[in-house]
Order: sequence, then structure tokens, then C-alpha cells
Amino acid sequence: MNPIKKTWNWIDERSGYSDYVLPLLKHIVPRDARWWYVFGSATLTAFLVQVLTGICLAMVYVPGGDEAYESLKYITDQAFMGNLLRGMHFYGASAMVMLTVMHMCQVYLHATYKYPRELNWMSGVVLMMVVFGMAFSGQLLRWDDNGVWSVMVAAEMAARAPVVGPWISDFIFGGAVVGGATLTRFFVFHVFIMPAIIFAGIGLHMVFLLRHGVSEMPNPEQPVDPETYKEEYEARLEKTGVPFWPDAMWRDVVFSTFVVAGIVLCAAFLGPPALSTPPDPSNIHSNPMPDWYFWWYFTVLSVLPSSMETWIILGAPVFGFLAVLLVPFISNKGQRAPSKRPWAVGLIVFGATSFVVLTIYGYYKPWSPDFGVDPLPESVIGVSSGPVFEGGQLVHKKGCLYCHHIDGYGGHRGPVLSDIGQKLTREDITIRIMNGGYNMPSFAGSISSEDLSHIVDFLLSRHPTNEKTNE
Amino acid sequence: MNPESPEDQVSCEDCAARRSFLAKISIALSGVIGAMMTLPGVAFILAPVVKKPKEVWRDIGKPEDFNDEFKLVRYEDPAPLPWAGVTSRSGAWVRMIDNEFTAFSITCRHLGCPVRWVKGPELFMCPCHGGVYYKDGTVAAGPPPEPLHRMQIRVRDGIVEIKTTPVPLTTTPLKAIDV
Repeated sequence: MNPIKKTWNWIDERSGYSDYVLPLLKHIVPRDARWWYVFGSATLTAFLVQVLTGICLAMVYVPGGDEAYESLKYITDQAFMGNLLRGMHFYGASAMVMLTVMHMCQVYLHATYKYPRELNWMSGVVLMMVVFGMAFSGQLLRWDDNGVWSVMVAAEMAARAPVVGPWISDFIFGGAVVGGATLTRFFVFHVFIMPAIIFAGIGLHMVFLLRHGVSEMPNPEQPVDPETYKEEYEARLEKTGVPFWPDAMWRDVVFSTFVVAGIVLCAAFLGPPALSTPPDPSNIHSNPMPDWYFWWYFTVLSVLPSSMETWIILGAPVFGFLAVLLVPFISNKGQRAPSKRPWAVGLIVFGATSFVVLTIYGYYKPWSPDFGVDPLPESVIGVSSGPVFEGGQLVHKKGCLYCHHIDGYGGHRGPVLSDIGQKLTREDITIRIMNGGYNMPSFAGSISSEDLSHIVDFLLSRHPTNEKTNE
Repeated sequence: MNPESPEDQVSCEDCAARRSFLAKISIALSGVIGAMMTLPGVAFILAPVVKKPKEVWRDIGKPEDFNDEFKLVRYEDPAPLPWAGVTSRSGAWVRMIDNEFTAFSITCRHLGCPVRWVKGPELFMCPCHGGVYYKDGTVAAGPPPEPLHRMQIRVRDGIVEIKTTPVPLTTTPLKAIDV
């Protein structure tokens, strides 16, 4: 026997590779799933990218109040490959969040959570929540002003919980305010605690997977009956199944290749997100925004009626988590095929549509005063002197344009005023400005009667474009 | 193992009782080990929650630095950690009319973003979720449930001082939930 083979036999006999590992790799799986089942393994691949790039970044990153920002600047601008690694960690996070959700949607759509795979689903839901926790704490470790205000928002949300709220907030801050003890907490969550939970959770998820086998594609002819499912599944698999490695796994490998290539290419060509200003909690010129995958929630928090707000802030994460977690207990038998489960398909479509719409709104932030609006040019005002002109200047100076839109200028918080002159009378406009109205501040205390009359003159001159030219 | 050996027979005379005792003591001792390992750490981690925040007066300038326009002042937290750097700062909006000072924390009472004083319309505006406040700190528009947090100012020996506070948290009293 040649020495290499001899050595291998020695290792194999002692380690049990052929007895324990090989059967796992080659366990029999259904042959019909094809490309549907690649999302779970791709999530795992993205996690590996995160672990490897994260370890590298942690060699340089300093989780300290002031130094974190400086070390991030060093990683981004000076360290060899630093920019690429930060980028890979960022796009890897996006990939992991997306793939986790896609994996869950696929499993939900095919009702794979039904008997006997209830715990596969539940361990996956817990893992998904931890992945969200990783995404949030990770964007926070990018310790610039956005990071500081993310902590602030998290603490304010927690503070809404009755009785224990303020304690949780102090726990988040590591004191009564953001300071030197804050970042290290999130560093520990992000680098020790949550990764440990993910490793353990993936292990458990795999144990359940191997125990119950890979599910078949849903078939309307084969509804799940807990009494007979296992026997029938095994009988079918014996007839038509294929070994996981390599007959099924090659597709996972091909898809993961695209995922990792996508991560590396995005990192190389788009680069990591730019650092904004240093983490100074007294800097008011900050414009805090979560990373894109949380914009939908940012929108929810902005457009909620305030009477419901506390309920949603506290209830949505808890009840949302429980509702998803307990899906298998709503129904764990019967049809798996999407064609027989219109509500499930509808829920996925509704969820995806809501996500897209809320994300777009989150990007444009139409509820927020737009601080950077340009003044109205003369071409919009229509005249170059007199009260109407003065009023046209004042709508910028007095901040009307932060919220109101006039002929292509201004924000989107309030109603468009391009043809307000046609809709409201002088009295109506005056009363509205003085008293305010639904979500509009009253300007009675901050505007002189002369300025007011100029603004009203200007607003009364706002008519649809064709009429304006007739004047 | 040889079941005939005398030691084995002796040790197994009252096996059930002995096993049950050993199981109990092992579980109890594991609990003790766990407590010894975790309790100091739990106390260490939770200390900031229990510790009462200090409040101190911080110098923010001279009276002549202030006028009827709100000005952003920066001050240091009561007990900054040596490595905190810029993260130990806090901010407040301060103005003075007829020697009367008004000061507001920059923390929006909705979800804590930093509000800006906008001079023209005389409003505080929040960049996050659209909260707007009047110059007296009351809510003008948007989601904030409470007015801006007022901070205390005093003048001592010609120096204007601000009293530091914890981050103003908007809390939910139990009676609000009861409805």
C-alpha cells in the first residue's frame, strides 16, 4: 500500500470520517428540488464571508470611543486590502440578510415547516432574528455620527417599555448617556455573543435537517399526513432520491459562487459605505439613517399615527417574532403546494410589495422637512419685485419650502402649493398659516404681519401654469 | 470491567439510592459552579443600570455669548471615561432674552435624533421622522409625544453653567398602557 493511502487509512479509522461524515455528505435527498433549495446554503456561505472578513477587520478595529472612527479610517484609506475587506463585510451583511429572508420565504411558500420539520423552521426563525441583530449592531460599529444616533434611537425605543424601559436604555448606553462604555457593549454582542448563537443555531439547524431529510418539492397529490408522512417520504426517496454530494450540492456551490463573486465585485467597485462625521453626540448636523434593509421600518416609525406608536414599537418586534416563530403550530399538516395555499402566496406578495414600497419611502423620507431646499428662482415667482416677489423669497426664508412643494421646488412633507391660489381664499390661507393645522406648525408667534401679507399675496398668485401665463 | 470483582459488588449494594444521591449532588454542584462563574459578571454588566447618574454643572460660556437666537452649546458628560473622546459630549440649544435663559436638550422626544434650530420659521426640526417643535419646546408637528426636554441654566461668577442630565428618554407610564 502506498504511504499516502496508508496514512489516510490511519486517520480515517481513528477519526471516523468514512463512518460518520461521508454518510452525511452523501445522504439521500429528493432529486426534484433543483434550484429552489440554494438559498439556505448560500446564507451559510455569506456567513462564512462575514466570519472571515470580520476576523480580519477585528485585527485592526479598536472598539473605543474615539479610536474606533480613527481605526476605521485607517482600514478604509491606508491598510492594504482594508477597503476591500470592509466592503466585503458590508455587502456580505446585505447578502446574508437578503438570503436569510429569501430562504425563509421559499420555505414558507413550500410549507416545508409542516410535520416533521417544525423545529427546522423555529430554529431558522431564531437564527434570522440574530442575523437582524448582527446587521443592526454591525452598522453601529461603523462608529460615526450615524452609529451614535442609531444607539440613541435603539435606547429611546427600549425606553418605551413600561417599568423596565429606562433600565434597558441604561443597559444599552452602559450608563445614562452615550459614552466610552457604549460601543464596547455592541462590539461584544456583535463579535462574541451573537456569532456564538449563530454557530450553535446553525449546528442545530443542520441536525434537524439531517434528522428529517431534505423535503421534496410540494406536490398537490401528496398532502402531509403526520401518521404516514415519514414512511411515504422514505419510500419515495429510496426509489428516486440522489446523494446530496455531488448530485444536489453542485447547484448550491454554483449559486454560492455567484453570491461570493457578487460580494467581492460590489466591494471592489462600489466600495464600503463612506464614514460620515466622527461620533460626536453633540453634532446636530447629523442625518441618521439605518442601512437599506431597515428603511422599511424607518418608514413605519415615521408614518404611524402617534396613538399607535408605542404599541408598534414594543409590540411589532415581539409579536412579529412570535407570529413567525409559531407558524408551524397554526397548521402542520395538509397541503404544501403553493397552488393550494393562496393565502400563503398572497402573504408573500403582500410582504414583498410592502417591503419595496416602504423602502422607497424610507429612501425619499417625504415626512421629513427638507433642510437643503433651494430658494424659488424668479422664473417660478413670476415677478421680480413687489409683495408677490417678497413673499416668494419669504416662503424659503420662513421654512415653508422645507415641507411644501411649489413648481418643482421644496420638500414633500405637506401639501403641494403650486396652485393654492385657486383653492383657498386670502382668509383661509391666513388662518392656516397663523393657526397651523394637521401636522403644520402655527406661525402666529414667529411671523410679522407684513411678512404674512407678502406670503399670502405670493400664495394667492399660485395658479395652474396655463392660467398664470394669461394674467 | 469484571462484574465479579469485590469492589464492584460493594459499591453497588444500594445502587439506586447511591445513584440518585450522586445525580442530585452533581446537579446542585453544577448550579454552584454556574453561580460562581456568572454572578460577578452579571453584577459587572448590570452596574451601569443601577448606578445613579451624577449631575454636575458645566461651564458653557459668558452671558455676553448668548442672545435671543438659540445657540448650540457643547458640554462634557458628568463622568466621562478616559477613552471616551468625542463620544463624551452632549449638546443643548440655549438662548437668553432679558437675562432669562432657555435651554433645551438636542434629543428629539420621538426617537432621540438631534433636533436643529431653524432660524427663519423659528422652529426646532428633527431630521429623522419629521418631528417639529416651537421655540418654547412644545410640539408643533410630527410624531413626538412630549415637548423638548428643558435643561437648567445658572450664572455663577460671570460664567453661564448648564446642569448635565441623562439622555431624556420618553417613557410609557403604566397607566397609559392600562386604558
